Amino acid sequence: MTSDVLERPDAAADEEERVFVTLTVADQLCGVPVLAVRDILGEHAITRIPLAPAEIAGSLNLRGRIVTAIDLRQRLHLPPAPADQARMSVVAEQGGELYALLVDQVSEVMSLKASAFERNPPTLPPAWAQFSTGIYRLEGRLLVVLDVGRLLALNETA
Amino acid sequence: MDDLIADFLTETNESIADLDVALVKLERTPDDQATLSLIFRLVHTIKGTCGFLGLPRLEKVAHAAENVLGKVRDGVLTATPDTVTLVLTALDRIKAIVGGLAASGSEPSGDDSGLVEALNAAAAGQAPPKPAAPAVQAVPEPEEEPPAPAEEVAPPVPAPTPAQAAPGAPQGEPVATNQTIRVTVDVLEDLMTLVSELVLTRNQLLQLARTQENNGFTVPLQRLSHITSDLQEGVMKTRMQPIGNAWNKLPRLVRDLSREMDKKIELTMLGADTELDRQVLELIKDPLTHMVRNSGDHGLESPAERRSAGKPETGHITLNAYHEGGHIIIEISDDGRGLPLDKIRAKILKQGLTTEAELAGMSETQLQRFIFRAGFSTATVVTAVSGRGVGMDVVKTNIEKIGGTIDLKSVPGAGTTFTIKIPLTLAIVSALIVEAGGERFAIPQISVVELVRAQKEAGHGHNEAGSETVIERINDTPVLRLRDRLLPLVNLNDLLALGESRNDDTGAYIVVAQVGANSLGIIVDRVFDTEEIVVKPVAPILRHVTMFSGNTILGDGSVIMILDPNGIARGTGIGAGGDSKAMSSSAMDGLRSTDRTAMLLFRAGSEQKLAVPLGLVARLEDIPRDKIEISCGAPVTQYRGRLMPLVALSDHLDSEKPRQSVLVFSDGDRSMGLMVDEIVDVVEDRLNIELSGARPGLLGSAVIAGFATDVIDTGYWLTQASHDWFHGAARSADHEQSRRVLVVEDSDFFRQLVTPILGAAGYRVTAAPSAAEALRLREAGAVFDAIVSDIAMPDMDGLDFARAVRAGGSWARLPMIALSARADPADIEAGRDAGFTDYVAKFQREALIASLHQCLAEPVAA
Repeated sequence: MTSDVLERPDAAADEEERVFVTLTVADQLCGVPVLAVRDILGEHAITRIPLAPAEIAGSLNLRGRIVTAIDLRQRLHLPPAPADQARMSVVAEQGGELYALLVDQVSEVMSLKASAFERNPPTLPPAWAQFSTGIYRLEGRLLVVLDVGRLLALNETA
Repeated sequence: MDDLIADFLTETNESIADLDVALVKLERTPDDQATLSLIFRLVHTIKGTCGFLGLPRLEKVAHAAENVLGKVRDGVLTATPDTVTLVLTALDRIKAIVGGLAASGSEPSGDDSGLVEALNAAAAGQAPPKPAAPAVQAVPEPEEEPPAPAEEVAPPVPAPTPAQAAPGAPQGEPVATNQTIRVTVDVLEDLMTLVSELVLTRNQLLQLARTQENNGFTVPLQRLSHITSDLQEGVMKTRMQPIGNAWNKLPRLVRDLSREMDKKIELTMLGADTELDRQVLELIKDPLTHMVRNSGDHGLESPAERRSAGKPETGHITLNAYHEGGHIIIEISDDGRGLPLDKIRAKILKQGLTTEAELAGMSETQLQRFIFRAGFSTATVVTAVSGRGVGMDVVKTNIEKIGGTIDLKSVPGAGTTFTIKIPLTLAIVSALIVEAGGERFAIPQISVVELVRAQKEAGHGHNEAGSETVIERINDTPVLRLRDRLLPLVNLNDLLALGESRNDDTGAYIVVAQVGANSLGIIVDRVFDTEEIVVKPVAPILRHVTMFSGNTILGDGSVIMILDPNGIARGTGIGAGGDSKAMSSSAMDGLRSTDRTAMLLFRAGSEQKLAVPLGLVARLEDIPRDKIEISCGAPVTQYRGRLMPLVALSDHLDSEKPRQSVLVFSDGDRSMGLMVDEIVDVVEDRLNIELSGARPGLLGSAVIAGFATDVIDTGYWLTQASHDWFHGAARSADHEQSRRVLVVEDSDFFRQLVTPILGAAGYRVTAAPSAAEALRLREAGAVFDAIVSDIAMPDMDGLDFARAVRAGGSWARLPMIALSARADPADIEAGRDAGFTDYVAKFQREALIASLHQCLAEPVAA
């Protein structure tokens, strides 16, 4: 009986599905828990903020609210995007403030099974490891789960 | 009828409504302690308040009811329906009395003795009297001689009877209870936010409409615009409170003060009904209290002194508030002794804030403004009341925080008047929109004095005597002649590191801004319109950028940063010329304005405070303890994507705290963190270090902010983090390996600082403690590639030293860099005249290295 009780949650957890908004940044497929996402924006006029940390791309107006845009490429220590590339953003909220994560492309919303989830490989570079909670094995591709909270916690790491 | 009673009525009516509900609930669940406590508290409050307001009838009834409830609460009585009924009866009586009060403005007459007796009897544990109205028969003991049935009590209800009839009652002076409702501040704040958004949207629409003429929207839009303005005004009004609310504690304060100080003080308050935004009101409360206290304590003399000065014994403090052009002016004046200029002068000299010569040239007003400086108190005796020198600067900072200004006028023997000018509201401000480096910025209109159009470059460095205004340069510092005054300029492009100006126009616009008592010109590329903007705070991750006071959304929907002229002035060291702006305690000022140095105070391992010049610290960090890892046996943390070695300043650090305070030192892209217990403060003080080599890692001790403080030797700790800290840098700067630099500096401390810095940059450094010593080196035939010299030195100062070097000898053509705490345009000019190649402010490490590099790259042909 005990073994039954112990096994069942595991099996359930395996089947449990989590929903992610998938996005690409520098050709890497990433996912953000759908519940953390407030909005998806297409290309948007962004006002540069002088003297701000490099990760901060600027601020934008989202229906009357000022949203701080964070360049995900900068945050992950990736080379900057080509200047002419249209970029999309994923808006998330932290501490009552809205932040937009600038990404190359936002694609679909996916339900992923917990059985395909794995922890970060230990060799993942620290720049990625600190913002990733784990990896999903998809067919032919890997999806890095981004930790929005940590991505937005600029004060601690910057 | 006063406001207090009106407030009381509003409050009591609410309490009574609550009580009704709670009592009925109690009847059903007699054991519910929470309900009981609530009822008891409500009745108690009513009793307490009416006792305070002098409403004896109400008080008696409430008191008797409270007694019964107290017994019930304590478990002596049970809340039987009869008891509850009795209390409800009392409540009805209270309602009736309150009704009468509301109608006539005074307690209606009537007799409550019956009811009170009944209540008292109940409280004494006698059987609850049998009330007549609600016929719920009690289960417990049957009644024995009910002392006062309810009906009997009911008749004495006052003439204007029930509360509902009250407002219409013609007699007395009715209180408008029903016309006041209480709304939580949150609701008002939300409303204000919404209106602010509406204003923004309106502006946006207007902007759109402007581009399209004669469409059908124009008229309704105009109407919308008007309504929005009215709405804005209306909502603004809901937030307005009379300034008297901020003053109501002052009479008591003055009374206490006068007893304590044995002075006779009379406080006069004028314009107490002047209204201002409650947010602003909250923020000026403390500064006002402080200033009144100051006036009473320092400003006014003792009765004896006043008599001998031929003044009436009683001193007057007058508060006056009034509106003036969108602002509130508050004056705090006393008829006391005025500011003691002699003491101020002495104090200025003692604290080394300026030189005697400069002091002599200062106007009285300039001198007086020194009291706004941090740590400045002229009171010879520190009293319990004031005089600790932590006052006026805080007042000034607080007032500036809300966009206000403060000034003072003092006449010796006749008194002092402080004038505070604050905006009516913080929510919506009018701002000038400007452009620099292709970006737009808003400058609050309150600080804009005028706009000047000027030519960017003077032809060949001289001002063509025409009407055209030309920006001139001293070294690289732009200035402008404006009506026979020299206006310091800052280029917004450079200040905000925006890159090249995109404006090919030869002209530039200069926004002349008033910052404290100083004017400052901000060079911008273009000037647009003024717009009403809603100030929104910047995201927390941007709070450290002091140049901005907020951000907003413009009419065209774009986000724009709001510039803070105060922050700009602080960031550029403008206003360091000895008047009021320089008196802010900002660390930035310390780097340039005087010989004072901003020191970071912290603790590590013990209670003893330690210090390090703030200029050397790259950042202060608070690292979660779990982010500290061990690598190769030494603690490290991940910092900006790299590993940063951490060094504990003491073996006895408090390792219990969840977060570790770290001072980060950086050199190029190398960083190290010094772990300390606690960052205590940043103080600006003159550094006078007594060197001692007693302990490694400490340069010596200095008296900082009145306490002996150990100053740490940064060089030592840097090498603790990585032994090759200096070597690594030297390798990377190989080509400069052979460059020899002579450092002439009288202060042991700065010599100790500069030497490792230059060493780290790859120079071979020789240090000389005086100009004479340096010249002896010259006679001895020492060879150098460059000289870095302090300016202020005893015996032979830097300027004389430079002249001596230039006068001839083997060093005559060497590049010389002046290193000084003073980097005012005038000083720089003097340095140039004496023969210095460049002029660098102390602690500007990067500037010094860059300057050296440049000087050595292109040897001067001086």
